[in-house]
Amino acid sequence: MFKKTAIYLLLTGAALSFLYPFYWMILASLTPEAQIGQLGVLPKTLTFDNYALMVSKIPIWRSLLNSTFVAGLATAGVLLFGAMTGYALAKLRFKGRELLFIVIIFTMTLPFQITLIPNYILMVKFQWVDTFAALVIPALNSAFAILLFRQAFKSIPDDLIHAARVDGCGELRIIFQILCPNIIPTIITVGIITFMNSWNDVLWPLIVIRDEQLMTMPQLVTLFAVGGRAEAQLGVKLAAAVLLALPIIAAYSVFQRYFIQSMASTGLKG
Amino acid sequence: MTEHITKRSRNRNGLLPYLIVSPYLIHLLLFVLFPVVFSIVLTFHKWNIISPMEYVGLDNFKRLIQDRLFWKAILNTLQFLLVHIPLQIIAALALAYFLNQKIFMRPFFRAAFFMPVVISGVVVTILWQQLYGLETGLLNRLLIGLGLNRVEWLSNPVIAMISIAIMATWKNVGLYVILFLVGLQAVPRSYYEAAEVEGATAWQQFRYITLPAINPTIFMVVILSTIGGFSLFIEPYIMTDGGPLNSTLSAMLYIYKQAFGYYHMGYSVTLGLFFALIIVAVVVIQKLAIEKQD
Repeated sequence: MFKKTAIYLLLTGAALSFLYPFYWMILASLTPEAQIGQLGVLPKTLTFDNYALMVSKIPIWRSLLNSTFVAGLATAGVLLFGAMTGYALAKLRFKGRELLFIVIIFTMTLPFQITLIPNYILMVKFQWVDTFAALVIPALNSAFAILLFRQAFKSIPDDLIHAARVDGCGELRIIFQILCPNIIPTIITVGIITFMNSWNDVLWPLIVIRDEQLMTMPQLVTLFAVGGRAEAQLGVKLAAAVLLALPIIAAYSVFQRYFIQSMASTGLKG
Repeated sequence: MTEHITKRSRNRNGLLPYLIVSPYLIHLLLFVLFPVVFSIVLTFHKWNIISPMEYVGLDNFKRLIQDRLFWKAILNTLQFLLVHIPLQIIAALALAYFLNQKIFMRPFFRAAFFMPVVISGVVVTILWQQLYGLETGLLNRLLIGLGLNRVEWLSNPVIAMISIAIMATWKNVGLYVILFLVGLQAVPRSYYEAAEVEGATAWQQFRYITLPAINPTIFMVVILSTIGGFSLFIEPYIMTDGGPLNSTLSAMLYIYKQAFGYYHMGYSVTLGLFFALIIVAVVVIQKLAIEKQD
């Protein structure tokens, strides 16, 4: 009995250490600057001043739209091309298939530190710097997604495909209408991980976007936090951080089970 | 009938598979293979993107060897890993071990631990910058409340990188709790029951039943957090800009500054390539060590 109590105390303490800072952050963003230093568990005064000031300084709503647009397109591309390439690798016979598979494995083990700067140079040469093309096009394919789709398609019997071909289905219809409904868990996993990675990515946008109107949300918030425009006001920085966290917290609250399953099954994090 | 279909499908396969994989092939050539080849070419050149490339032979490598700041950045990154990885394994394993007992509200605890994993590193870093604040930060207020001395979390060069490693552990540990939990749940209860009958203590049960069973998970966690830790960038970028006294300058932050602060393309590509080799070497050594143990 004593042991059980100790375990509950320990787990509750741990849970508090993960949740309380977020609670504090939301509270602090609603507190007048002068009172943040003494902030405890309950607020004395609530105000939206920090948010008003932040919204007047940076195009935060615009960046929210930009991030949604970029992450949405990237996710659509990764799902579309991932399913197509994964299908070809799993179910079609063609020369070079084994080689392609090996190359995909190779790209997964390749540290991104090698390709980062040459890719920036490509963006300069394509004149994609300061356009959405730089954020979206390099993100449309993912080796990891292809491998997951290949794995999933392999578990579907060939008979299903043969039957569809006899009925006169084209390959794209076979992939998206016949096979994809059978691998919904894989689609959810790839979708969640891709969207989250894209949403949370900040290094690549920092490199290729300088126009404030085109910035993604984490990028804009980062530059706001390190630049002088927050005028060293904690509450304003925290307000920006809260707005950045809210969409993912909302999605996480609803699809919590899927988030955990997706990331645990692949061992990947955002 | 079967033969007929096979024949037809083989015919239809002709060029079609290539068409289906072509979006990925174009991507692969453009954004992966070309950059790898191009980065090797660039290591022998000096270039700021605007003026023409200038061939400089092995100058970039010579400069790298003598670049004290780069080596410091590598050591800083290794220091980060040395604090982060053991801390993460111990914390994740402990939390997973307690979660695996017969307890109520397991889904709640799991979800709470996992929360920081899904949230942007930018948010976590801005938040912890305040928690680590010298005067009004939550942690120092807590320490003073307990009658202890405050800590210079981010302003002391000896402590700053450790502080960042603690924060990174806090952010990622939930993912590894889940991975360990999966490993722990795969151990049959009957093992523990048998051990209890034999009179084994809780520690003996952990040492001889639990630990061997989750060995593969431990190694997976080590490798995943090594790869993740080597890309440490946004945390020092926001929190300290590499300071104080370059004590939190990570290798990735240094390469970023060389490339996009000074536009030393040839040199920064050389740094990136060299750094990637270090990463691959460390991961390969870890994998070999694992295979030797098995």
